[in-house]
Amino acid sequence: MSDIVLKAEKLTKHYGGVHALEGADFEIRKGECVAIMGDNGAGKSTFVRQITAVERRTSGKVWFDGNYVDFQDPLEAREAGIETVFQNLALADHLNVPDNLFLGRELIKFKLGPFSILDYKAMREATLEGLKKTGVKIPNISNSIQNMSGGQRQCVAIARTATFKSKLIIMDEPTAALGVQETAQVENIVRTLKEHSEPVILISHNMRQVMDLCDRIVVFRRGRIVANLNKTETDGQDVVAYITGAKTQPQFEVEAAA
Amino acid sequence: MLRGGLAVAARGETYLSVLVEVTSMAATTHGIGGLTFDPKKRELPPELGVALALVLIVVVFEVLGRLLMGDSFLFNTREGASGFLNTARLEIIILQVSIIGIIAIGVTQVIITGGIDLSSGSIVGATAMIAMSFAQAGDIYGNPNTRAVFIDAGLVDLPLIVPLIVGAVCGIVAGGINGLLIAYTKIPPFIATLGMMVTARGVAKWWTRGQPVSFPTESYAAIGLGLMPVFIFAVIAIIFALALKYTIYGKHTYAIGSNEAAARMSGIKVARHKVLVYTIAGLLAAVAAIVLSAKNLTAQAGMGMMYELDAIAMAVIGGVSLSGGRGSILGTVLGALIFGVIISGFTFLRLDAYYQEMVKGAIIVGAVVLDQWRQRYGASKA
Repeated sequence: MSDIVLKAEKLTKHYGGVHALEGADFEIRKGECVAIMGDNGAGKSTFVRQITAVERRTSGKVWFDGNYVDFQDPLEAREAGIETVFQNLALADHLNVPDNLFLGRELIKFKLGPFSILDYKAMREATLEGLKKTGVKIPNISNSIQNMSGGQRQCVAIARTATFKSKLIIMDEPTAALGVQETAQVENIVRTLKEHSEPVILISHNMRQVMDLCDRIVVFRRGRIVANLNKTETDGQDVVAYITGAKTQPQFEVEAAA
Repeated sequence: MLRGGLAVAARGETYLSVLVEVTSMAATTHGIGGLTFDPKKRELPPELGVALALVLIVVVFEVLGRLLMGDSFLFNTREGASGFLNTARLEIIILQVSIIGIIAIGVTQVIITGGIDLSSGSIVGATAMIAMSFAQAGDIYGNPNTRAVFIDAGLVDLPLIVPLIVGAVCGIVAGGINGLLIAYTKIPPFIATLGMMVTARGVAKWWTRGQPVSFPTESYAAIGLGLMPVFIFAVIAIIFALALKYTIYGKHTYAIGSNEAAARMSGIKVARHKVLVYTIAGLLAAVAAIVLSAKNLTAQAGMGMMYELDAIAMAVIGGVSLSGGRGSILGTVLGALIFGVIISGFTFLRLDAYYQEMVKGAIIVGAVVLDQWRQRYGASKA
């Protein structure tokens, strides 16, 4: 139990009459990379939004880092150690790399309310440290990020999660908008994170990527979890069968039929 | 220039190669995913372009002056006057832009957040009227000042602090209402501040039913005396230049203008910050009102008319991007100086004021076009 980072029990989200997520049981252990797969509208992003408190869950329980949690807003979830990399980049184009990494949680030298003095040096050093940890190469971190490539920007977004004492990193289709080489670079970062035994939840449509990076695959279909597969015991064909509805694992059968 | 050591790599061997690559003055460095990324292609600070434009404009007036007027624009040619430069002209240039310059510093911050403030000119009018009415002398050359607004209540010859506080409150209230409207009703800043523009002008006229308010106390008049406005402008410019660069306030101001959604997702309290920025803009408009009314020794309901547009123009000329996220106080100060030089230059060349306005309009549009180009080509360069 102690190495379980996140545990969700009967997590449910209804939007009015729409049952976007129904009774999802999920857990992820330290050092594990779990993929969440499923068709569009299967409930993947909804699931993430409940965990990160972007939305309030209809019912269900969540434990994080050993404690029962009920985050009020995304900031609270983030402060607890859940870092999210969004599909659309949540970066400020005109700011440079350290500014983006520390956006909203700047280090300060001297506290003075909104006019607190920034500690540029410390932020710069922590940025270099974070980039090192993720293996992100950026020639000049004091350049504003607007002229960087999509891959570099996504890497900055991921490095942001690694710069802080994150306990769980969630990536919502981090390579959906990237080219082949950029995708490879982002995948390398995920590997580096795994080497540091950081738990990662990866939402992806890319079967090769999932098979390359993840240890376990959880399949969502119509708001329910229909399979929980170890990578070693499955293959692409098998996963697709679960995604499309050709197969459902027996332990999820009852609920899916209901 | 070559900060090769910044290239960070997880694996030691690539670190070395990157280091070598960058320090050996390679034209490009391979960034992530093998994409080339030139670290030396550091965007030049936009202020540099503005400063160059300022120098260029001065040179043009200097040349035209020598050719057409047989006189120097910049240098001292007066008999008996000492000094190398024409300091009298320089003083006038700075003095005439310093009051609108104070407004422009507030407007700059609003524009950096991606907003706009059309109300500052009217806030100047309303604040000047209200503050001045608390700054009136009770006695003019031995005669009682019977036209003082609060003469019946005996509110004349008040200590300086009273009109200052009253003025500041006016600015804070007006700016605060702007900010609250924009942050919490989500109406466009253009509309909210347009409403304030009309309302504040109404307040300015209603306050004394259109009567001008004159004869301030000596201490109040001292605020606008001589080069005092320039000094106040400089102090305020320095304070906010530092605040934008070195404080959380500044960082969040840029972040909101750059990507409001990202700022919100990062936990920045966007609404609260906007209220603060608009309130500061209102406060600075009030400061300008106090300086202006002190300098003119009178306040009139029409004061500050169109100042909002001049202030926006100064910011835009100074490289502040109307789409938010970019610009600086230094840029705005340079923009204000360009403004002053042009007005002074036209006077120097004895051209009519009509031409000044025509050229001013063209320059404002030109600056925005330039900003659009900079954004388009700046972004596609990568």
